[in-house]
Amino acid sequence: MDLKMEDFNAPHSMGTTIIGVTYNGGVVLGADSRTSTGVYVANRASDKITQLTDNVYLCRSGSAADSQTVSDYVRYFLHQHTIQLGQPATVKVAANLVRLLSYNNKNFLQTGMIVGGWDKYEGGKIYGVPLGGTIIEQPFAIGGSGSSYLYGFFDQAWKEGMTKEEAEQLVVKAVSLAIARDGASGGVVRTVTINSEGVSRKFYPGDTLPLWHEELEPQNSLLDMMNVASPEPMNM
Amino acid sequence: MTRDIDCAWAGPWTWVGCLNKSSGKSRQAQAPTIVMFLVQQDTELPYVTGTSVVALKYKDGILMAADMGGSYGSTIRYKSVERIKPIGKHSLLGASGEISDFQELLRNLDELILYDNMWDDGNSLGPKELHSYLTRVMYNRRNKFDPLWNSLVLGGVKNGQKYLGMVSMIGVNFEDSHVATGFGNHLARPILRDEWHENLSYEDGVKLLEKCMRVLLYRDRSAVNKLQIAKITEEGTTISQPYALKTFWGFTAFQNPTAGAEGSW
Repeated sequence: MDLKMEDFNAPHSMGTTIIGVTYNGGVVLGADSRTSTGVYVANRASDKITQLTDNVYLCRSGSAADSQTVSDYVRYFLHQHTIQLGQPATVKVAANLVRLLSYNNKNFLQTGMIVGGWDKYEGGKIYGVPLGGTIIEQPFAIGGSGSSYLYGFFDQAWKEGMTKEEAEQLVVKAVSLAIARDGASGGVVRTVTINSEGVSRKFYPGDTLPLWHEELEPQNSLLDMMNVASPEPMNM
Repeated sequence: MTRDIDCAWAGPWTWVGCLNKSSGKSRQAQAPTIVMFLVQQDTELPYVTGTSVVALKYKDGILMAADMGGSYGSTIRYKSVERIKPIGKHSLLGASGEISDFQELLRNLDELILYDNMWDDGNSLGPKELHSYLTRVMYNRRNKFDPLWNSLVLGGVKNGQKYLGMVSMIGVNFEDSHVATGFGNHLARPILRDEWHENLSYEDGVKLLEKCMRVLLYRDRSAVNKLQIAKITEEGTTISQPYALKTFWGFTAFQNPTAGAEGSW
């Protein structure tokens, strides 16, 4: 497909896969790392899981500019709120700030977000804030263009009361499945796990992810394959 | 000049095209051209939407039913959205359309009810007042080309008087013994017109609503099989826990419908 001028000047959009999952004790947030301008991959290792406070993070999808701006404003407001409150902000407050900005600017913004974190009152919580500024608390949330391929997967694979390891594995598997089928998602899988003990970031490069249907084991070169595969001569 | 083309975009500034029908005599002057204007339009697009709400008056008050689906275009994205909420002591509000606008409306109503309570004068906003308030809000937003993209059903009982009304996103409002929004207009209304009567018992009311909801489940693609039925009487409000309806597929005609006409559907 020939590249046209529109492709070069197309807005930075995160065709994305973002996921947030609650488990027994906290939340796991996950995302792919592809940012595209039209068909060109502007950043193949982006970080779409952005910190809002020590205990609340935000998964961003849609327009990169819009989601970055929203998260900057929310981080600023939450910082002030934390100082005034004298203790860490709750996930609910963070989610509602995201909602306020999304809703009041719904004619301008094109970003769907997932807010996830841990606070001492409610524990681990996930809130979806899709286009339009609806706020919806969910045991798990998926978003971005890649999420279309995951509704069926989660309907089958999700269950209540998973352990931290189960939740992380589920998130990595899901993002990886979405990357396999969504052209707008790709790169690496990043996860952020938040619980009472704190926050831990993990990074899963493409070669550590499982292979799906019609995908082949990556090789260094064809030449390596030839050497291994050459048959032994028969002894007659 | 007629407004023949306009392009919709989620932003205040929109290009609107008009067909320039010139009256010149020469062939060149008669060639149709399009003149584009950059105009300010606030009208938004709905994103996460709820489908029909159905309600009726019965012997002791109002019964209202809505499913718990939040659609995102053609995807059924959310399946646990509460689309009926109690407002104050005397009313229930059900909404279809954009969920974020409904959530914002609930916040406004919260404030309204709070201020009403703060008067502490023994008076409280009833369904008639709330319906009037909502109508004003919806109509004024429509006049500013910035609508709340909802169809609202407001039902309640105050001082023994039952009240059931509806407001649309353009401010059309009316009061009736039974109402329905969205697809319900086409599918539920005929059933209600036929089978509703004064002084329905609670059981008959619920059965009638369930009949409507079942038809909507069969025929509305945005419907979801998880619904709540809300009841309001002089005593107060109850919103049922979410439940699903059984559906019937056992018609012999369904077994092998194309047997007589191979290749048909």
